[in-house]
Amino acid sequence: MINVIIHKIAHYMDDFFESTLGRLKKFAWDVGEISLFAITSIRLLFVKPYRYGEIVKHMEFIGNQSVGIITLSSIFTGLALSFQIYLGFKMVNAVNLVGPTVALGITRELGPVLTGLIVAARAGGAMAARLGTMRVNEQMDALDVMGVNTKQYLIAPRIIAAVLCMPLLTALFDFMSMVGSWFLCTKIVGLDNAVFFEKIRQTVDVRHINEGLFKSAVFGFMFAVICTFKGFNTEGGAKGVGEATNRGVVMSMVSIIILDYFLMNLIRVFYSFVGISI
Amino acid sequence: MVKKELSSDYVIELNDVKKSFDGHDFILKGIDLKIPKGSLTAIIGFSGTGKSVMLKHILGLYKPTSGLVKILGTDLSTMNNDELTQFRCHYGVLFQSAALFDDMTVLENVCFPLEEHRRHLKKDQVLQIAYEKLRMVGLDPKHYQKLPSQISGGMQKRTGLARALALDPEILIYDEPTTGLDPILTEMVDDLILETHKMHKGTTSVMVSHDLGAAFRIADFIVMLDAGKVLLSGTAQDFFDTDIELVKRFVKKGMKHQ
Repeated sequence: MINVIIHKIAHYMDDFFESTLGRLKKFAWDVGEISLFAITSIRLLFVKPYRYGEIVKHMEFIGNQSVGIITLSSIFTGLALSFQIYLGFKMVNAVNLVGPTVALGITRELGPVLTGLIVAARAGGAMAARLGTMRVNEQMDALDVMGVNTKQYLIAPRIIAAVLCMPLLTALFDFMSMVGSWFLCTKIVGLDNAVFFEKIRQTVDVRHINEGLFKSAVFGFMFAVICTFKGFNTEGGAKGVGEATNRGVVMSMVSIIILDYFLMNLIRVFYSFVGISI
Repeated sequence: MVKKELSSDYVIELNDVKKSFDGHDFILKGIDLKIPKGSLTAIIGFSGTGKSVMLKHILGLYKPTSGLVKILGTDLSTMNNDELTQFRCHYGVLFQSAALFDDMTVLENVCFPLEEHRRHLKKDQVLQIAYEKLRMVGLDPKHYQKLPSQISGGMQKRTGLARALALDPEILIYDEPTTGLDPILTEMVDDLILETHKMHKGTTSVMVSHDLGAAFRIADFIVMLDAGKVLLSGTAQDFFDTDIELVKRFVKKGMKHQ
């Protein structure tokens, strides 16, 4: 009896390690492939012909067409965050610090992360779906046999556009969140207008904003590479396109959240290296 | 640097080409094939015999596991990816689905290869060539500004052919051009291929198909593949006269469907 139980446990352990090892191997393989894909695409940014027209076209899609959704989301983020912080700070009589707290949180963390998540879902998903459809409909093969470098034509402009647009969208998110925060603090809960601005001026520095903008550019690069990789390597028909889109968006979102933590630490290390207090 | 040998009368040469994706199972098991300049050759065979894989070798999209692929006297294995990309300007390909870019109009689709590879041309010159190619394939000008989704399957094929002809390629490839089409549209596409071939005298055309009727009707030479090898190559008459049982069966079935 005991022998059977031990045998079963050993069997389950074996299966567990085998599947975990398999997943780890698959993960390492994916990371390697995505890195190679990113390196090849980046190299092609510096090879003629330069695709300025394509970059502008994708900037219009990633940037311009995201303005509405970013504006709306950021105003309500500012309103909700400010109200929660107000409720907390009211208990310790520190309501004058709501503005700077929201400003620091938005510019350094929430602005880039939420913008990254929203744009990855909207534009990243569309990128993966578009490229996936092109793959299954033979349009990529058509480009290949026409003597057009598909990575240069389809991938590189999308990556550049995402890297350029993300800081701009994050700046918009930061600004509109603060508009929401200002509205809640001064018009709804009745804080003093001058105090609200003065406290922010005293606390928030340009480098805090730059920190967020830098992160957002990295997030833009990240989701553009992941989503274009997934779309570019789509297999199968409509099902394959759906899976590629889903995986691209999920992987991008998780990567943004994980990467945010490491970037935060990297920036902290950088500040301590150049002697700036956080 | 690509070395070009100037001896060949054959535009496409495959010497003992073998291909395996996993190192064990071979899809192509030693293909020997020579396609002469200016001919219209049909490559036929049952599904899964390696026609598409062979075509991708001709296009330089796959590298053979062993053997030699020579196109226009150039060994494709001597080229790096960038050189191969440039070399593909010698090809024009009509895909089974036409593979038109769905965010571009009919006219933009035909202009695209010209804008990519004839950068010295002015906009009106590009348009002029595109109009000429679209006229050549018999597409009504009222459809030029439409998106591919707004035109019929037959019109999409015509647009795809106009795009394939845009750069005046030396090799024109038709990948299963009539698969999935109704008999009337099939005949229309066959006629279009034949007319195009007659109009472009120096162009070598290769049609991959399992439509035997079309192959017999329009091709100068027919090559039949089976299990990754060339089973028979020759004229339509050679196919009728053969003693190879599989070919006889294929011919019989093919003619029955016509």
